Amino acid sequence: MKLLDFLRGERKKSASVAKERLQIIVAHQRGQRDQPDYMPMLERELLEVIRRYVKVEQDAISISLDRDDDCSVLELNVTLPRS
Amino acid sequence: MAKIIVVTSGKGGVGKTTSAAAIATGLALRGNKTVVIDFDVGLRNLDLIMGCERRVVYDLVNVIQGEAGLNQALIRDKRVDNLHILPASQTRDKDALTSEGVEKVLESLSEDFDYILCDSPAGIERGAQLAMYFADEAVVVTNPEVSSVRDSDRILGLLASKTRRAERNQDPIKEHLLITRYNPARVDHGDMLNLEDIREILAIDLIGLIPESEAVLRASNQGIPVTHDANSDAGQAYTDTVSRLLGEDVPLRFHEYQKKSLLSRVFGGGRR
Repeated sequence: MKLLDFLRGERKKSASVAKERLQIIVAHQRGQRDQPDYMPMLERELLEVIRRYVKVEQDAISISLDRDDDCSVLELNVTLPRS
Repeated sequence: MAKIIVVTSGKGGVGKTTSAAAIATGLALRGNKTVVIDFDVGLRNLDLIMGCERRVVYDLVNVIQGEAGLNQALIRDKRVDNLHILPASQTRDKDALTSEGVEKVLESLSEDFDYILCDSPAGIERGAQLAMYFADEAVVVTNPEVSSVRDSDRILGLLASKTRRAERNQDPIKEHLLITRYNPARVDHGDMLNLEDIREILAIDLIGLIPESEAVLRASNQGIPVTHDANSDAGQAYTDTVSRLLGEDVPLRFHEYQKKSLLSRVFGGGRR
């Protein structure tokens, strides 16, 4: 099998795929962990307001809060559909 | 004052109860007065793993609701002197556990015991949160598998926010990683996350590594915690884990793949 793998050209080991996927999802989870409790609610309500005017999908909106030492940045990303 | 250790994981089936039973047994074998509590109300299994299922009369919920005294519910382990088991209730609804009730039970156990192990149910619901709420230390049981690692990270988040130590701004719970069902051969093949990767992703210290082992099923079949199987790899790995919990510096074992020689391949590897 080793020889075959070699001849086929090294395929990516499944464990390293697992590691990459986990690093991304865990980083995402940790980002959410430090968010204030009102964030999911804020996200929902913002989405409602936007939807009153534009038809967007549930997952077309992302919201994040980045905190530096002396200021916080609330970032809101909405993907508008092509009209 | 007893030290309260929660054995938790988020995901089910990763070896929480096996680990809680094995670690409790190991701590008691080292001379510590130890009690292990099953928090899995409705789905108790610790009694089976500890081999005392036929001696359960009263349970944690009976004690909390004042229907039995703590001493009536505690089951003395038949193999180790210093070890007691407090079983979970089988039938009642999950709301039977109250935070005040659990606190009271832990407080009175604290007077008599050195170590209190809380065997958490799977999930992140009330039962799991109550099992971890009063803990001083946490053993996070993780399999080398994506869903288990992800759930462990969720549990770490809860340990850091939804516990008494967190709410009171006390020193945080000491978090330990226990990797179970580790298969060095598959890691060597690149088909299983290796322990360094898991440790790096979760970013907590490794307290032990339990190899995937036939001894674990054999132990649960018989209701004898695997720590008693001193010849087995898993038994020894749990004994090492207990030593590290007690603050000793024990080198890691069973994490390296030993390629079998031709002779042992022909004649079989012997008992694992």
